[in-house]
Formats: sequence, C-alpha cells, structure tokens
Amino acid sequence: MNAAANATPVARAANPVDGAQPLLRVDRLSMRFGGLLAIDDLSLDVAARRITGVIGPNGAGKTTFFNCLTGFYKPTLGSIRLNHPQRGLLRLEKMASHQVARRAQVVRTFQNIRLFPQMTVLENLIVAQHNALQHASRFSLAGLFGLPGYRRAETAAIAKAVGWLERLKLIAHADSAAGALPYGMQRRIEIARALCVDPLLLCLDEPAAGLNPRESAELNELLKHLAGDEGIAILLIEHDMSVVMNVSDHVCVLNYGRKIAEGSPAEVQRDANVIKAYLGEEDGEEAPGAHPPANTQTVENAR
Amino acid sequence: MALALQQLINGLTLGAVYGLIAIGYTMVYGIIGMINFAHGDIYMVSAFIAISVFTLLATFGISSVPLSLLVVLLVAVLFTSVYGWTVERTAYRPLRGSTRLAPLISAIGMSIFLQNMVQLTQGARVKPIAPVLVGGVDLLTVDGFTVHLAYSQVLIIVVTVTLMAAFTWLITRTSFGRQQRSCEQDRTMTALLGINVDRTISLTFMLGAALAAVAGVMVTVYYGVVDFFIGFVAGIKAFTAAVLGGIGSLPGAMLGGLLIGLIEAFWAAYLSAEYKDVATFSILILVLMFRPSGLLGRPEVEKV
Amino acid sequence: MSALVFAQQPVSFAERLRDAAATAFIALLLGVPMIGLTTVDQGGALRIATRWPALFAFVGVCFAGRLLLRWGIDYWRAQRQSAARAASAASAEQQPATSLLLRRAGWLALLVALVLPIVFADNRYVVDTATTVLIYVMLGWGLNVVVGLAGLLDLGYVAFYAVGAYTYGLLATQFGWGFWQALPVAGAMAATFGIVLGWPTLRLRGDYLAIVTLGFGEIIRVILVNWTEMSGGPNGITSIPRPSFFGLPFKPPGDEPTFASFFGLEYSPHQRIIFLYYLILALALLTNLFVSRLRKLPIGRAWEAMREDEIACKAMGINARNVKLSAFALGAMLGGFAGVFFAARQGFISPESFTFNESAIILAIVVLGGMGSQLGVVLASLVLVLLPELGRDFAEYRMLLFGAAMILIMIWKPGGILARREPTLAYRSAEAGR
Repeated sequence: MNAAANATPVARAANPVDGAQPLLRVDRLSMRFGGLLAIDDLSLDVAARRITGVIGPNGAGKTTFFNCLTGFYKPTLGSIRLNHPQRGLLRLEKMASHQVARRAQVVRTFQNIRLFPQMTVLENLIVAQHNALQHASRFSLAGLFGLPGYRRAETAAIAKAVGWLERLKLIAHADSAAGALPYGMQRRIEIARALCVDPLLLCLDEPAAGLNPRESAELNELLKHLAGDEGIAILLIEHDMSVVMNVSDHVCVLNYGRKIAEGSPAEVQRDANVIKAYLGEEDGEEAPGAHPPANTQTVENAR
Repeated sequence: MALALQQLINGLTLGAVYGLIAIGYTMVYGIIGMINFAHGDIYMVSAFIAISVFTLLATFGISSVPLSLLVVLLVAVLFTSVYGWTVERTAYRPLRGSTRLAPLISAIGMSIFLQNMVQLTQGARVKPIAPVLVGGVDLLTVDGFTVHLAYSQVLIIVVTVTLMAAFTWLITRTSFGRQQRSCEQDRTMTALLGINVDRTISLTFMLGAALAAVAGVMVTVYYGVVDFFIGFVAGIKAFTAAVLGGIGSLPGAMLGGLLIGLIEAFWAAYLSAEYKDVATFSILILVLMFRPSGLLGRPEVEKV
Repeated sequence: MSALVFAQQPVSFAERLRDAAATAFIALLLGVPMIGLTTVDQGGALRIATRWPALFAFVGVCFAGRLLLRWGIDYWRAQRQSAARAASAASAEQQPATSLLLRRAGWLALLVALVLPIVFADNRYVVDTATTVLIYVMLGWGLNVVVGLAGLLDLGYVAFYAVGAYTYGLLATQFGWGFWQALPVAGAMAATFGIVLGWPTLRLRGDYLAIVTLGFGEIIRVILVNWTEMSGGPNGITSIPRPSFFGLPFKPPGDEPTFASFFGLEYSPHQRIIFLYYLILALALLTNLFVSRLRKLPIGRAWEAMREDEIACKAMGINARNVKLSAFALGAMLGGFAGVFFAARQGFISPESFTFNESAIILAIVVLGGMGSQLGVVLASLVLVLLPELGRDFAEYRMLLFGAAMILIMIWKPGGILARREPTLAYRSAEAGR
C-alpha cells in the first residue's frame, strides 16, 4: 500500500545521534505468530541519552516490539544490536530475557504492572539488584556468615534503593507491601525498580496509563531528568500524547506492525500517514482497527 | 503379533477406564482451576456401591445380567453423584477465591477422609464378587497363543464410546454445556449474565462423579475385586492421563487415558510389569518437557 | 456476598428446620450405600448386611449438627460484626505487637523443646513422639524452601527423604560408614536428585509441576520396591547402625568405651532416646537458622520474587533457572538430612515409609502452618502428629479425623495458621542502625 511506500524515505531519516553510532540499532525486525505478522520489517535507531517515543494505535505491535527487544520473544527475522560502552556489540535477539537485563542493561517495565506484590517496596528494589548482591554473597556463603564484604554490598544496595525512592517520592512507603499501594504509585515503583538494575536503555510500556494529570506532569519531569542528567536512553510506549510529544526527542509511529513515520514530534504530527492511521481514511472505507477517538483527540490537542 | 493384539485390547480397556476418570479431573480443573484430589476416591466409593448392589440383587435372586448391570449402573451413578456434590459443597466451595494451595490441601484431606471412611464402614480387606459377565470370544490363534476378547472388555469399550459421544454432545450442544464452558472462561462475567455459577460448578462435580461411577462399576465387573485403596492408584493414573492429554481438554483426557492404558499394557507385556508405573510417569515427564501444556492442551502463550 | 446481606435478617425457626432437613436428606443418600449397607465375606461369597440403626443415628446427628452449626454461625457473625465496629480503630497498632508476640512464642517453644527430655526423662513415649514431631518440623522447614518461598508446588518431597535414608542405610550397612560421615554425602545425594527432578520441570507451571513431582516420588518408591539387589526390595534395609556420641556408642558396658562408661553413668536405654531427640533438635534448629539466613540473602529474596512474578524476575536480570534449581536442590538436601536421621533412629527402612501419604502430610504441614512461616510449620507439625496420637484410644478413627482436620483447618484459615509474611529487611530499622 502507499503507506509502506511513503514510509521508506522516512525510515532512514537520521535519528539525532550524538556520536557516529546509535546505542541500539533494530534492523529489519519481523515477528510472526502463526498467520499474524505482528511486526513487519521494522528498522529503528535509538540514540544514547535520548527519549525515543513509540506510538501507534492499539494492536500496532508496540508491546510485541518490546518483548522482542527484551528477550521474551524470539523474533522471526531481523537483528537487534546494542552498542554497549563496556561490552561492545551485543545481539539482543539472541539473548535470554534475563541476559538482556543483566549483560546488555536493557531494562523494561510492563503495561500491566508486574511488581512482587507481597514484598515491600524496598525489597522490590533490592531484588532488582540481585546479580550484584548475589556476586557479593559468593553463592550465599559470605552472606550466610555475614562477612564484611557482603555487608558492605548490602548497605550500598539499600542506599541505592533509598536514593531512587527518595527521588521518586516513594520513601514514605518503603516498608509497605507493594501490591497494597495505589495504582499511580505502583507505576512509579516499577520505574524505580527498573532503575535499580542500572539501565543503559530503559523501556517503559505505557508508564502514564492510569495516572492523573498532575502525576503525568511529574512523570514528564522524571523522564527528562533521567535522559538529560542520568544519561539513560529511554524507549517510551505511550498513548498519552501530552507525555510523548512533550518529552520525546524522536518519535516512531507503528501501525499494523509497520513503521509508518518517524521524526521529531513536530514532524510526526504533520505526517499524512500518521493522521490517516489515527483518523482513518476520508471515505471511511478502510478504517483500520477502528481507532479509539480518545487517541485522535490527544493528537489534535497536542498540536 | 498375537500378543501385541491382546495387549492392544487390554490396553484400550484399561485406557477407557482411565479416560472416564480423567474427564472428571479435567472438567473440574477447567472450571475452577483446582486438582480434585479426592476424585479417585469417588471412583472407589462407586466401586463399593457396585459391590453392594450386585450382592443385594443376587440375594433377591435377580440373575439377568443386562438387568442387574443396568440397575447397578443407575444406582451407582445416582449415589456417587451425591458424593461428588457433597465433596464440592463441604470441602471446596468455602475455599473458592482463596489461595491456589488451600483447596488442594482440602482435597488431599478429603481423599484421606473418604479412604478411611470406606475402610471403616466397608472393611479394609479386598472384596471379591462372583463374576458378573463371564465368557468372551477367541479372535484368533497364532502359534498356540489365543487372542481373547472378553465380553466385559466389549462392554467397557462400548459404554465408554457411548458416554464420550453423549458427553461431547452435552458440552458442545446444550445450554448446560454453554454455561459450563462460559464458567471456564470467565466466572465473574458468567455470573453477571445471570447464570447460576454455583449450580453449574455443582453440576460439573456431579457429572464428573457420574463418569467416575461408571468407571467404578466397569472395573468391578472387569476385575471382580475391590479395596479401599484402588481410588488412589486409579486417581493418580487418571490425573496423569488428564495432564498428558492437556488438562482442561476433554478429548485430551480421553486420549491421555488411552495412551496410559496402552503404555501400561505393552510395557508390562514386553519389558517388565514391575516398572510399568515408572514408564508411565517417565513418558509423562518427557512429553511435558517438549509440550508443557500436554498433547492437546492449548499452548499457553507467555503473556508479558 | 449474599451471606453478608442476609446475615442481618433474623432467620425463622422453620427455615432452620428446613435447612437441617435438607442436610439430613443428603446424609441419608450418602449413608445408605456406605453405612446402611455393607457386604460381609461368608464362606468365600459375599453376603449383604444392613445396619439401619447406625444409619439413622448418622442422619440424626447430621440433622442436629446442621441445626446447631447454622445457629452457631449466625450467632458468631452477629457477634463479630458488632465487635468489628468497635475494633476497627485499634487494628492499626496490632501488627508490631503480633510480630513481637510471635517471636516470644518462638523462644518459648525453643525453651520447652530444650527442657522436655529432662522433665520427661523416664517417659520414653513422650520423648519418642517429640522426636517424631521434630522430624516433621525439619521436613516442613525443608519443603518450605520449595513451596513456601519459591512457590514451586512439590508433591513428591518424600523422594528426597527416601534418598537420604537409603543413602545412609547403604553406606552404613555396606561400607560401614558412620552417621556423621554419611550425613553430608546423603545430603549431597538428595540435592543431586533435586536437580535431576528440577531440570526437566523448569518450564512447567504450577499444577503440571505438581503431577510431575508426584510422579517422581512414585518412580523413586517403585524403584526402591523392585530393585531388590540395591534396596532390599519391600523388605528394606535392616540393622542400620545407630549414631554414636562422637564415637562413643550407646551400648551396655562392654570392652570398648561406651557413652555411659566414658561419662561414668549407669547405662540406660533412655540415654540413646534422649540423645536422638537432641540430635534431631539440633539438626532442625540448624535447618531453621540456615533457611532464615538464606531468606534474608539475595537468593532467598529471589525465591520469593520468583513466587510472586517469574516474568518480572527475568526482566530484572534474574536467572530463573538457577533460582528454581537452587530451591529444589537445597530443599532436597534438607529432606535428605532428615532421611539420614530417620534411618539412624529407626535402624530399619523400607519403601513403606516413603509413600505419597508422607509427601501429602509434609505439604499439609507447610500449607496449614502458613506458607513461608517457620513457626507455622512447628504449630502444624504439632497438630498433625499429635492429633492421631491423641486418637490412639480409638485408633481406627485417627486417620479419618486427620483428613477431616485438614479440611476444617483449611476452611477455618485458608492462608494457614500463621499467614503473615515478615519482610526480610526494613527501611525504618536500616535507618535506625546507621
């Protein structure tokens, strides 16, 4: 269709990259479930220290893209290369999910929050530092005998967790069971927990879903701070255009598993394909996926 | 060759019985997501009811085989369904909506309770009855080995096939079947649509118990001996069958039952009778390693 | 929910009678084939026998029992509702108090355990029963790692108990190994079996895992029954040596130094019983210390996190396979240790001791106690071991009561007797410690 034809020139449009190489390069990625092509020939660059937004109607393949990226699905075709500053080139599509988090330091959150609900908030953040602590505990032996090396590591881990809890205004709830807290807070806990893994690239799956306007505004500030001051690259799936268009340095639009547009937030909002994907064809004959009017509203408002 | 044919017949007979019991496991698992550990003991209760009723009929001098079979089947199905209903009502319903393990422990407790109840009221010793259905046909003889098809085996296979057909019709074509399937998918939504979920679950337990009751009568006719421990062994085998076929799937339960019956029969005939249970469980583990949701179970896509 | 709505309305007596009559009718249906009728063996053929008086007694008891139960429940609900209104304000302060209370209860239990054999030095029965309780406590603490912490449903735990017992039995009778030499080897052996079981089952979820572990337990038992050259078959292994006190045997005085002669005591068979009691107490306490420490280490938190959400664990970079295998291996090792003690105490082992019933009892101890709660395991072991012991006078009914108790406790407390989870570390105390 002409959507694909139009996309090709945009596809290689340069993502603003500081150095010569992007942090993450997704090349011709495809994911097939039986007869369904959830991701179709997707290529995308993600720059270090930048926020890259991924938007698209429901069912466009955004979460599937995250699942491929973080090792939960094995993509049918294509490659995902991460340029790790210490470990060199890593092929994420070949790594198991825990290796993606551990070695490549690509960490994600989930659309339906996945905390450890019975554990306290602080425990959640300590579990996220499992690998460092497990190493320090020398297969639990140093830990069992409470050797100073392990105790130092544990103190450091608590300090790091407490640091993020303070930054995200969660410290008052550090000892509460995570599952018992309100929804908006659980979203922040999940982000804090991901930050405790020391991510190079943080993949956030709809972090603003269910947040009230004030919480959304706070999220905007946090994301800008993480990318700008902490130097963490962020991939952001989001339906709330007030978040995406405000914080993203670069936006990629998916529809039916294909990339239909890419560029700065302003460019993407002007793009004819994007408007069509969100509003449907004029004659209404095609109306792909019957997109919720809420989305079109937010696109309009964000302009 | 002749031995293989004989074992095929024996294996199918055994497998049909396992399959009937396995359906009870799989339906209960489908609708409330719990392992009904006491299901094997329900089957055992039915076998004891069959023994009593056969003896009672003999005392009254009723000797017509079809008539006594029919009476025993009806009585066993009726009373065993009440047992199924009571077990759900007392041990599982109060625990609905609590943790996953609570009903499992309650079910194990119920299994221990039923075994000991029967042991107390009916005695701990093995009970033999006079053969009900004797005779059979010799199919063929090769090298002095005669392949024998007993009438009781014919009965088991015919009854099982009939029941399976009726049951498939019940689940796929009737209003109760639709209610049952919708409860499996989403109990809350089903309740919101005005369907009595409690009643549907109770009926599911009674149906499972009724099928186990038929299996219990069949086994009594086939082997002629019953003791209070048969429920545990058959229960474990049938549960294995349900998991092997893919728990929650009705055709899977039947397929799993047949497979386990065949594995046991052939392993016992050709390799070693002592290790047939080892073979059964090893094959289960092997199958689950490659198909974690069983043979016909819907593979569960890891929802992230 | 309907119960909540209707509890307020007074129930008429006629309604209560109708309810009880319905129960009595069900009881009649249940009772006719089991109580009313039975078959007795008479000269090789079965003859029907009837017990109508027993049946009517049963139906009557059900009728009266239901009437009383409904009345009791309604009364209790009304009481609780009024009490709940009064107490709703006070509940916030209860938590730390409960925690303190539990810790005190734990120390008290330890004290009782320590002085028990001194108080009952002449009562062999009490010390023996207490030893049995402690074996189950230790098994419960071991299985708690797998089920309570890591959330892996294991219905074949008895297999590791058997591996430990048979390893010691074989090493002792075939190669003359002592208790203390064999203990670590048997533990390692059981842990190896834990990994052997864990490996193929890594991908399986909850209930699939349950049947596979159950099958594994049966495989081990069937092998023990049939591999006669190795295990002695159904007859088992006999004359397994008893543990000695650092090389000093518990024997009547003879040529070698014995425990009694070394310490200048008069020989008494009770000495060995008491020694065995303290031995299992020490093993159990070590187990408790070990598991409690592990729970507060990264591996223990990873177990609990795995129980809560495996996918989130993977996203945090945790290797789910290693975490699960370590839980299986450590749980199995502790079961193996308990098995060694069991073999040494009995002096005789056979496959009879390692049936599915044992697995079910150990699992029941963990679940009834409250998943993950160490003190809960002690309470549940006490209940489940002492209940049948108390029922000795009417021995036939003890297992019946045991099954009924399992159901009733679960209905009474679905989360277990002690369902509260203690956090592994707290911000408040970490701050205070600085």
